[in-house]
Amino acid sequence: MKSKGVFSRTALVLGLVFLYVPILSMIVYSFNNSRLVTVWDAAHSPTLKWYGALFSDGEVLGAAWLSVRVAVCAATVATVLGTLAGTALARYGAFRGRSLLIGMTTAPIVMPEVISGLSLLLLFVALEQAIGWPRGMGALTITLAHISFCMAYVTVVIQSRLTGFDQSLEEAAQDLGARPAKVFWRITLPLILPAVLAGWLLAFTLSWDDLVISQFVAGPGSSTLPMVIFSKVRLGVSPDVNALATLMVAVVASGVVVATLWMRHRQRRRERDAQLAAAANL
Amino acid sequence: MAGIPALWLAVFFLIPFLIVLKISFSEARLAIPPYAPLFTWLHGLPVPRIHLASYAYLFTNPLYLRSYLYSIMVAAVSTAICLLIGYPMAYAIARAGEAWRTFLLMLIVLPFWTSFLLRVYAWIGLLQNDGLINNVLLGMGLIHHPITLLQTDFSLYVGIVYSYLPFMILPLYANLEKHDPALLEAAADLGARPLTSFLRVTLPQSLPGIAAGSLLVFIPVVGEYVIPTLLGRTDQIMIGRMLSDEFFDNRDWPVASGVAILILLLLVVPIVLLQRLERKERFAGSES
Amino acid sequence: MNAQPSMPPDPAAAYVRLEAVSKRFGEFCAVDAVSLEIRRGEIFCLLGGSGSGKTTLLRMLAGFEPPSGGRIYIDGEDMSAVPPYERPVNMMFQSYALFPHMSVEKNVAFGLEQEQLRPGEIRRRMGEILAIVEMSPYAARKPHQLSGGQRQRVALARALAKRPKLLLLDEPLAALDRKLRERTQFELLNIQQRLGVTFIVVTHDQEEAMTLATRMGVMDRGRIVQVGTPAEIYESPVNRFVADFIGSVNLLEGEVVGLGADDLTIRCEPLGCTVRAERRLECSVGDTVWAAVRPEKILLAEGAPPGPAANCVRGKVREVAYMGNVSICLVEIDTGKVLRVTLSNRAGLAAHRDLKHAVVTLSWDAASPVVLTR
Repeated sequence: MKSKGVFSRTALVLGLVFLYVPILSMIVYSFNNSRLVTVWDAAHSPTLKWYGALFSDGEVLGAAWLSVRVAVCAATVATVLGTLAGTALARYGAFRGRSLLIGMTTAPIVMPEVISGLSLLLLFVALEQAIGWPRGMGALTITLAHISFCMAYVTVVIQSRLTGFDQSLEEAAQDLGARPAKVFWRITLPLILPAVLAGWLLAFTLSWDDLVISQFVAGPGSSTLPMVIFSKVRLGVSPDVNALATLMVAVVASGVVVATLWMRHRQRRRERDAQLAAAANL
Repeated sequence: MAGIPALWLAVFFLIPFLIVLKISFSEARLAIPPYAPLFTWLHGLPVPRIHLASYAYLFTNPLYLRSYLYSIMVAAVSTAICLLIGYPMAYAIARAGEAWRTFLLMLIVLPFWTSFLLRVYAWIGLLQNDGLINNVLLGMGLIHHPITLLQTDFSLYVGIVYSYLPFMILPLYANLEKHDPALLEAAADLGARPLTSFLRVTLPQSLPGIAAGSLLVFIPVVGEYVIPTLLGRTDQIMIGRMLSDEFFDNRDWPVASGVAILILLLLVVPIVLLQRLERKERFAGSES
Repeated sequence: MNAQPSMPPDPAAAYVRLEAVSKRFGEFCAVDAVSLEIRRGEIFCLLGGSGSGKTTLLRMLAGFEPPSGGRIYIDGEDMSAVPPYERPVNMMFQSYALFPHMSVEKNVAFGLEQEQLRPGEIRRRMGEILAIVEMSPYAARKPHQLSGGQRQRVALARALAKRPKLLLLDEPLAALDRKLRERTQFELLNIQQRLGVTFIVVTHDQEEAMTLATRMGVMDRGRIVQVGTPAEIYESPVNRFVADFIGSVNLLEGEVVGLGADDLTIRCEPLGCTVRAERRLECSVGDTVWAAVRPEKILLAEGAPPGPAANCVRGKVREVAYMGNVSICLVEIDTGKVLRVTLSNRAGLAAHRDLKHAVVTLSWDAASPVVLTR
């Protein structure tokens, strides 16, 4: 037992190092005055000049703004649709087309993005030919495409949350006279809200980060942030991209820290309440 | 309740596949859009025009066959590497104490929330001839000239394993966490050494997790585009890149569609397997 | 049966009627053609072990499981097409199922809100029912801030707030400790009498059933085996299953050898003696029957009997278990059969302490055994 423990724990540590070295290297070099990764310009570093370059780069800022708008829209719609689909799959036993719905909602998760991107672009082209909408590729087509593949992830999150959910609460609400829609709205939804929020965040991240599908369905005038980054990095290392990476990591890390602390605080408060109640035993 | 999402998916998921199938059978044209319509009217009746030219091209062109096989090999090898690295990691997390477990999982998942593209890009900086790794090795005197690490199979695998490791670890962990420690104790009580216990008790039980993780890595990697483009070889490209080049550079939509269909045909079996696995896991979970 | 029912049977007062109700899950039959009538204002207990189908039956009454066969009528209305949110039935769940994100007030008011009453009316009714269960001071608390007993009262209040015609209770006292259980049993009785609601209680605890029920039904493997008042079920079980399920019993197998005007004689091999019992059912000479004798109806005297007599055996005390209020004696007869005798500890432990290994005479009168043919 012990030898196995040492082996797996070493593997874990090495694995974590492997995961984090690239991220840390980007962060460190974002402060390097020299453009070259080889040279740490100790005389002039650390510097914020790449951050300055980043914020004055109109192309990057424009793309970032587009990405944010698309991600917010796509995440919201995907969350609504995914919650509906996840609830339907978790709650209703067998209904017509259930296997098909399961297939459609889980396949996008593993489907290679080139295939998803190609098929969506061809759809938009065919639609434009048939009914004249959407008129050309742009923010709209990107958003529609993102909604389609993000929805799959939200469905999985909601469905797994609901399968472990205590059904007697929903039954009690029905017993007290509430119709299914009201049960969902007043009982189920408030209680799965953390999972819905997690789904939204997941969808946002996926949309914000997506490259391949966006490349297929974007038009000439619209570039998302990943598209801009991609064209920059194909030519090699670019320090302002390092700066961008550092900013992103900082935002995500602080978000995660805040979320963890808040959840622990709530957990501790619940435990305290439960103890008080048990003490005042009736 | 299932109606609206079902409708959406039917429009944005099913129908596109049908369109891809249709276009793979049509003829490339210098037109907008660059393919011929599927049906023509002959004496008032629709007659399908099916061109198998695209498929003929794909099957006879050795480049495509090689790329196809190369992609499958890369996916298989990457899956194996992810498994070899990810299994011990997942095992260690599953056996850690309560408090540690959430923290460790968070550490594994955290990179996932930062940009995929940027993390792959980070490896360029590390692997290039004047990058960090070469500098360290030169500095330590282990080598005298920089090694070409970038744009090799090595860098490709590093990039893929790096990006897809969480997809292997999470299902493995989910499975390993459910194992009853009493079973291992019983095996030890009956005289089994740790290695035997692992091979005959833990490993068989974790097979569903291994299968799920492997499929979650293999299927998307077959069609990977970003990582091969940034880190992979220039002399042998993967099928995802070929599809994209055929579409954007050659403007040959029928051939690109044909490539997509062929990839799908390959992946249908793994995808169905994965869905069957997930359904079994879900029922097993809800029964207990 | 000669047993006198405590309530005069009145078919017109059948409030809940189940006609050949069945429920199948694939191959497995959970409820098998159950027909039952429950009267208005009574407390009816469904008693059975796990897997007996009692909870499934309750859920069918509530509307959460559609019956595979048969019909359910509540106050004359066929419930086949009626979903749970439209039935005049409310249920108190075993886990209480209190909405964790709502306060006690909101939980109780939830059902009233579904009826679209005026806010003032809702508040009044809510205050009323909270006062009845004595939870008014806790109105603003959330479920996780309450103890188990408090949660149970809130669950009860929530279910009663809508003044349902029928209240279903799923193992209402299972999660409470003994003292609390006793108190709550009497409180439940109180509330029921005060409000006049018809209760159907599902339980596996005989004591609970005997205390609460005006009538009870014993279930075994999806079927109702016997329906009656607690006294009827205890004193006059219809078969060995019921006799053994409720309380403890000594089952003496034997063959009918004599039939008199109002008694019969059974030759009992396991006892090596004859048993004389009051005749309350039809049987013929040669039939195999079982005489069921309750442990508390057997008299124990030290020493040997004067001579062979009916309903009288000699044995040796194997074990004495002191339970505080009673002592349970296991007495082994020459034939090897062991009889169980309950002795009241009126004189305390001392009286029975020396019984172990003593030779004793067990006797019972002819009215004690219940003769069972199945």
